[in-house]
Amino acid sequence: MISDITMGQFFPGKSVVHRMDPRVKLCLTVFFIVMIFCAKNFVTMAITIAMCFAGIALSKVPMKLYMKSLKPILFIVAFTAILNLFYGTGEPLIAFGPVKITLNGILNSVMIAIRIVVLILISSILTFTTSPTQLTDAIERLLKPLGYLHIPVHEFAMMMTIALRFVPTLLEETEKIMAAQKARGADMESGGMIQRIRALIPVLIPLFVSAFRRAFDLATAMESRCYHGGDGRTKMKILKLGKIDLTTLISCVVFLGVFIVLNTVIPPIIR
Amino acid sequence: MAILETKNLSYVYGVGTPFEKTAVDNVSISIEKGEFVGVIGHTGSGKSTLIQMLNGLIRPTSGQVLLNGQDIWEKPKEIRRVRFQVGMVFQYPEYQLFEETVLKDIMFGPKNMGLSDEEALERAKEAARFTDLKPELLEKSPFELSGGEKRRAAIAGVIAMDPEVLILDEPAAGLDPKGRDVILAQIAQYHEHRKNTVLLVSHSMEDIGRTADRVLVMNGGHAEMLEETRKVFSRGEVLEPMGLRLPQITSIMRELRGMGLPVSETVLNVDEALRELLPLLAQKNREVPAK
Repeated sequence: MISDITMGQFFPGKSVVHRMDPRVKLCLTVFFIVMIFCAKNFVTMAITIAMCFAGIALSKVPMKLYMKSLKPILFIVAFTAILNLFYGTGEPLIAFGPVKITLNGILNSVMIAIRIVVLILISSILTFTTSPTQLTDAIERLLKPLGYLHIPVHEFAMMMTIALRFVPTLLEETEKIMAAQKARGADMESGGMIQRIRALIPVLIPLFVSAFRRAFDLATAMESRCYHGGDGRTKMKILKLGKIDLTTLISCVVFLGVFIVLNTVIPPIIR
Repeated sequence: MAILETKNLSYVYGVGTPFEKTAVDNVSISIEKGEFVGVIGHTGSGKSTLIQMLNGLIRPTSGQVLLNGQDIWEKPKEIRRVRFQVGMVFQYPEYQLFEETVLKDIMFGPKNMGLSDEEALERAKEAARFTDLKPELLEKSPFELSGGEKRRAAIAGVIAMDPEVLILDEPAAGLDPKGRDVILAQIAQYHEHRKNTVLLVSHSMEDIGRTADRVLVMNGGHAEMLEETRKVFSRGEVLEPMGLRLPQITSIMRELRGMGLPVSETVLNVDEALRELLPLLAQKNREVPAK
């Protein structure tokens, strides 16, 4: 059911990747995503894919879960790949009137498919191995310089933490309310589009009501504990760069060097 | 005749994942028509999963649920009909209220059954009478009611479907003692009046002792006992290891019996205790006349 969605979920563990500093993981994730979109030839593409799978192996999270996180986006992958198939330039291999498929187009759509898949896999490594709290902590720390421009970084981070914290709670609540309405004969599995949307009203209204109730309760709870924003607030777990982080950072910089050299030296797949 | 029966019923959560867990394990029970059955068990004993299988909200991993002798999953397309026959009031049911007015909310179930507006209205008004909701409340928004009133409105929403079997999961949870008494009394009254079958899940042994004809004891996914209430509560030594205790009044009367008072072994509620203690007190007063 709803709880089967694995994308964005955290799987507690003790692997090297789990123990890495979330700031480093976050930076590396961004950096890998840039790499996979910059890779222009087979060699650099292969390097990025290999690094992605190395990350998956090191994370010690079962491969099955990664596969599950890919499931919801398979449609998008197929859709973009097929669309790209028809936008190649050069000599057409097959042509039906104005629609033509070229070698370039095929290569292009394969590359796009691989890029999206790797993108999801890499971000899954991050979310599988980093708890939401750690993640927002890292974002807050990394964006801290923006505070000097009077951007309320702490408040944004707190909002994100709260939002992420309540995703599972609200999912659970949705399931409960759906069960209760089904028990009163609500029919959510049949009927046309409009009927199905109408069938959601008995679920959405109680859900909103309870979300507001929770928000008020949380605000009261935070105020009773004298929460007053980020100024002068200390952390229980201070982020520190360790040995693993430095090793990973250095090796990734080396890889980046190799990547840039190879990407410029070897001719690209698509001209 | 058994109205509701389970045969080797099992449910496993997360089959094939590392989180696999058997919630209900090979449960075969039979519930007679018109019975009031209490369901007790420690948190995580499988009560909630079991009752949700009884009205087809959860499809069992293996085994059968028979309603009037028919397997409810024989025609999966018609599972909604089972849900009208086996009404279910979840824990904290007030969170399911959504309509503009209380009356409309109570009518939601009957209308889903395909009844006409007039019939649904009739059913809703009757259900409101059973749960003692005052007529002036019916035109209010459900969100304006007090906690206890919301709870009763939600229960009325299920009663209005006039189910043959009514299952209630902790209907009195989170209410003050008076609200508790009111809800339980209404359920007992409803049971007496309609003569339908009621399953009451509760953590309060006092409530079970007061209302139930028979008690189903769940433990670790198994159905440990399904016996007459008195029989179940006469076996405190079996209940204790399962994290369950006797009703307070039962324990007290047991202690008194241990101290030599001639009272019966298992007393289920305060009324019974009074009936036993008052004559004893009167007798004692006669023996030692007040000065």
